[in-house]
Amino acid sequence: MSPLEVCRWLESTSGSIALHESIWVYPIVESVHVLTLSVFLGLTVMVDLRLLGASLSSTPVSQVTRRLLPWMLAGFAVMVVSGALLFYAAPVRTYFNIFFRMKMTFLVMAGFNVVVFHFTTSRTMPQWDLDLRPPIRARLAAGVSLALWAAIAVCGRMIAYNWFDRAPAGLAR
Amino acid sequence: MSVLSLFTWFEHSWIGEGIRESRWLFPAIESVHLLGLAVIGGSVLTVNLSLLGLGLGRRSAAQLWHDTRPWFAGSLAMMLGSGFLLFMSEAVKLYYHRAFWVKMSALLLSLVFTATVQRPTALADPDRVTLLRSRAVGLVSLLLWFLVGAAGRWIGFS
Repeated sequence: MSPLEVCRWLESTSGSIALHESIWVYPIVESVHVLTLSVFLGLTVMVDLRLLGASLSSTPVSQVTRRLLPWMLAGFAVMVVSGALLFYAAPVRTYFNIFFRMKMTFLVMAGFNVVVFHFTTSRTMPQWDLDLRPPIRARLAAGVSLALWAAIAVCGRMIAYNWFDRAPAGLAR
Repeated sequence: MSVLSLFTWFEHSWIGEGIRESRWLFPAIESVHLLGLAVIGGSVLTVNLSLLGLGLGRRSAAQLWHDTRPWFAGSLAMMLGSGFLLFMSEAVKLYYHRAFWVKMSALLLSLVFTATVQRPTALADPDRVTLLRSRAVGLVSLLLWFLVGAAGRWIGFS
């Protein structure tokens, strides 16, 4: 079964149709997705700014990451669930949407960046935990993270515009 | 000059016309607005979590207030600037839209609350602020900002 066939099948399910045609549920899910951005991405920005030495400099890096992580993870979980529901409301249209594909690509890259940071740079964190300006590798990871997440958010916003759609426009808001 | 005629003037100004006629300007400005939302959300949440006794904790509220101020002020300017451009492109529609007025009222309340209640609470000696007061301030601030965001999102559904 190709990805497109999966999307076609998803689109034919009653849940997808109900979500697509709902008057209230779709806008509410979309609002949850956008507003939770200020929680998940907002805290990610704060952690990245700490790694860049641009904010929260008097708080140890380990404390910033450890104390804010549960809130970031909760926010990310809400983003993934609400995002999956938005995809489920219009799978075929979204599958063909160029901004959706770019967003997913950047997401994978952001995930890769986190994994690399976690298994390499953050290992040495005890040595630079109190530094006002962490080492270049940490700052680089933070800069890449900020750039990727900004691109992810912008691509997400652009999915609603059907400029380059090949499939007939479904939900465009 | 009535408010409606002022809004009409904004909408027919060259900036309002220009944004309406462009295919990509409105989405581009929206994107700036969205990125501003992330930064302002992060700075507001960091301080309020600590006032609630969560996140980085009650005792670091004053330090967090200072650390986040440039980012709060910068992102607020980004939001106000991009928001005003979006407003100019559809001012007359917004005049008749309840969500717009709810958002503007909530924004005004949030800013007044931040300056007059949240600031002194965050900067006060933690031993002299009761946990109840600290938590109430954090909660009210979060609710007010949530109202700004929710009403803002609702403007788009019309």
